Amino acid sequence: MGKYIVKRFIMMIATILIIATLTFVLMHLIPGSPFEGERTTNPTIQANLEKFYKLDEPLHIQYLSYLKSIVTFDFGPSIKKPNESVNELLARGFPISFELGMATILVALLSGITLGTIAALRHNGLVDYFAMTFAVIGISVPNFVLATLLIQQLAVTWDLLPAATWSSPLHMILPIIALATGPTAIIARLTRSSMLEVLTQDYIKMARAKGLSPVRIIVRHALRNALMPVVTILGTMLAGVLTGTFVIERIFAIPGMGKYFVESINNRDYPVIMGTTVFYSAFLVFMLFIVDIVYGILDPRIKLHRKEGDA
Amino acid sequence: MTNSQEVVSPEDVKDEWFRPLPQEHGKAEAVVRPSLSYWKDAWRRLRKNKLAIGGLIFLILLMLFAIFGPIFSPYSVTATDYPSQNQPPSAAHWFGTDEAGRDVFTRTWYGARISIFVGVMAALIDFFIGIIYGGISGFKGGRTDSIMMRIVEVLYGLPHLLVVILLMVIMGASLTTIIVALTVTGWVGMARIVRGQVLQIKNYEFVTASKSFGARSSRIIRKNLLPNTMGPIIVQMTLTVPSAIFAEAFLSFLGLGIAAPFASWGVMANDALPVILSGHWWRLFFPALFISLTMFAFNVLGDGLQDALDPKLRR
Amino acid sequence: MNKHQLDLVKEQIKEQVDEVEKSRPDGTSMVQKNKRKIKKIRSDVKVLEVNNLQVSFRTYGGEVEAVRGVSFDLYQGETLAIVGESGCGKSVTSNAIMGLIAQPAGIIKNGRVLFKGKELTGMSKPQLRKIQGVDISMIFQDPMTALNPTLTIGEQLTEGLRTHKKVSKQEAKQKAIEMLELVGIPNPIERLKQFPHQFSGGMRQRIVIAIALICDPELLIADEPTTALDVTIQAQILELFEEIQQKTEISIILITHDLGVVAKIADRIAVMYAGKIVEIGDKRAIFYTPEHPYTKGLLNSVPRLDLVEEELQPIEGTPPDLFSPPKGCPFTARCPYAMEVCDHVYPLTTTISESHAVDCWLQDERAKVLQELS
Repeated sequence: MGKYIVKRFIMMIATILIIATLTFVLMHLIPGSPFEGERTTNPTIQANLEKFYKLDEPLHIQYLSYLKSIVTFDFGPSIKKPNESVNELLARGFPISFELGMATILVALLSGITLGTIAALRHNGLVDYFAMTFAVIGISVPNFVLATLLIQQLAVTWDLLPAATWSSPLHMILPIIALATGPTAIIARLTRSSMLEVLTQDYIKMARAKGLSPVRIIVRHALRNALMPVVTILGTMLAGVLTGTFVIERIFAIPGMGKYFVESINNRDYPVIMGTTVFYSAFLVFMLFIVDIVYGILDPRIKLHRKEGDA
Repeated sequence: MTNSQEVVSPEDVKDEWFRPLPQEHGKAEAVVRPSLSYWKDAWRRLRKNKLAIGGLIFLILLMLFAIFGPIFSPYSVTATDYPSQNQPPSAAHWFGTDEAGRDVFTRTWYGARISIFVGVMAALIDFFIGIIYGGISGFKGGRTDSIMMRIVEVLYGLPHLLVVILLMVIMGASLTTIIVALTVTGWVGMARIVRGQVLQIKNYEFVTASKSFGARSSRIIRKNLLPNTMGPIIVQMTLTVPSAIFAEAFLSFLGLGIAAPFASWGVMANDALPVILSGHWWRLFFPALFISLTMFAFNVLGDGLQDALDPKLRR
Repeated sequence: MNKHQLDLVKEQIKEQVDEVEKSRPDGTSMVQKNKRKIKKIRSDVKVLEVNNLQVSFRTYGGEVEAVRGVSFDLYQGETLAIVGESGCGKSVTSNAIMGLIAQPAGIIKNGRVLFKGKELTGMSKPQLRKIQGVDISMIFQDPMTALNPTLTIGEQLTEGLRTHKKVSKQEAKQKAIEMLELVGIPNPIERLKQFPHQFSGGMRQRIVIAIALICDPELLIADEPTTALDVTIQAQILELFEEIQQKTEISIILITHDLGVVAKIADRIAVMYAGKIVEIGDKRAIFYTPEHPYTKGLLNSVPRLDLVEEELQPIEGTPPDLFSPPKGCPFTARCPYAMEVCDHVYPLTTTISESHAVDCWLQDERAKVLQELS
């Protein structure tokens, strides 16, 4: 297990390094430096930029100092908002985005696993058919499309739920539905196919022959094995939800980090773009790392990798 | 050997039946079902999947409309006509008009061209890069394979859409840049699959068996390798297209889509956002509908293909 | 050395061995005497009665008649082997006894199964669950997949016990250790906490057996328990069965296609073909005086090292399709003695002796006349 963790950790660091480098390189590839131009007539901004990015120094010094700043979690100043730095934006917006994201993942896991399990148990029945049709639709309709449709119908036409901001639990319903539908569908499909495969396994037959109750068989025997693949895709799913927050926050006017990020893209506020990208990437990679560890804990074959020779 | 349907009861057994039965040699091993070639069997299975066939038909129709729609339409895609602006669907404008008076119906088919073009190109380029990279990696094996796969692993760990966004910001938005941005990290999935397939079949016993019969390499490849490897590859391609279409629409929603006046579905939907509250539902509805339907069609087709091409499910 | 000298030497060796033997404590012996295992078969206690069992499966292509009228009895302490090719219905029969037929696709169309007088067919699922694992246990072919890879074997052992009987965790653990010792797993206490992938195939099968026996069932159904194992391990597992039967008087139904396995531990043998038992009898009868052409064919097709220059004699052909099973004897197409009547009607059952019955038209008087004529 130890070897496993170390390996994953190294991968994580390597990936973050690559992203930071990539960002750095790309930023300097922009024709006409992003740090100049009519937007930087403001002296405060200019000063901030120079201080942070060491624009007068040779390239490799810039690179190293950039790396150093990332390690110390300092993501630089903003061009457009002279008195704010990326860190401040993050501090304000990220907690909200995090809330949205986590709520979405939870909803997706609970509903997806339940739906997938029921579909597998009632294989080829009506429930299975509808669940899977819903699942394919869920995968196909992009979350922002769904979001806009939801707003149009539920908020505008029928005036059932609020469409904007993040002020109350009621406000959370539509954004979460929009963001969670896709992941729910993916998890449902995966759980279903995984369950179907597990249910044909001999140890399930054995459990039945032991006279165990169906509930026990499903929960203790089937799910434990069927959910392994779900854990593996949890990482990529997190990435999807994260990028999903960009558009969802924009559409629902939720003051999260995603909204600031999209604004910075539209404004060409390059330092903010860079800083946010690196932060998000690092966050994602870190979460992937955590997921890998969780998977290692759950699968006894990995956990006991060292002790394989005991048999 | 007869398979008579009437049941004879033991009491009615005739004495003269106790004589030897003339055996027809070979009858004992009569094969019950005719066996089909791999592709025919796969096509037969696919045909049974109504949803997948529905998807296929939709896509074919979509292609036709995309090609011929704008050509045969009386309206222009780009010319503005402000007096006709913001009209709901009617006999004259089946899908209504937008804020510049352009016919939404015509623009939808034009958008289809762009969205599908992006999707298919991205899938094809991924395919080629992936096949070459994965093929070499799997075929060579050993150290080359290890190194190449390390690279793939790291690239796989990069958040795909974030990289795409970054690239789009740098390069500015155009048809070419979108495709480039999508394929730079998108080929990784295909490479993995191809490599997996190559590894799997490299040592298949029937390959060695074929070789020992002196079969020519091309025959080996055609009859043995291809049917078994193409399955997951084809499926992957049908699933890459919708994700590319999605990515393009997503980028448009972030303001990184193709510039006006040309428009993909994503751009059209994005432009429709500000006017939702004013009740101009048709602006958003049609592009959104078509994005969803197209992705849906590709997804069910991909699913159907996956089931149909899986040799383990042959019946 | 001539014969006389050889005998002398043998005598001397025997004397020396006897000397050493006398000096050993009572009960132990250096010489492996051929232990005659005395089996106690209580023929007055009928553990299982299967009566005209018919099981079919509804599939996309139609109805498959997997079991078409199977009947047999099983007494306490005896081992019945059900032998046949793949697809003959032996596994389906055992699944039906256990109540494991997958519904809604599979149904028991007809027939009854009685366990110690209680009728199992027609019982509700909760009722069956009280019997499964407790009174009747089943073990399967592949030990590599029969155990849940994510649970320790301790958990898998105790779970059956704690579901069916009210025992504390401690008591369950204790019983689990006993069972592991019974099946010959060393270091049971440590092993309880280990996972299946840490055991070899033979050990896993032993664990599977331990799990099956932990609630002291009266009937054990073993579905091809040794097919997936090496020959040497096979022998060990079969010996284990014998040992357990000695100790507990458990009845065993052993399903297999391997006649070697049957020869070692079966008391009675039922030969199945295309969903029917075509011949049933005790071991001697089946091996030495088989009556059914299929049984004879099976025995002939076993390769023998001691008979030089013998061609392998497989039975030509393959079993019939059970989508539309033949109305007559299903073996007709492959039978070297086939008659017209075999094609028309399924043979009556002929009782050859108290312990031997066969379904074959060759037993009919009129067939014997024909044979005498030819």
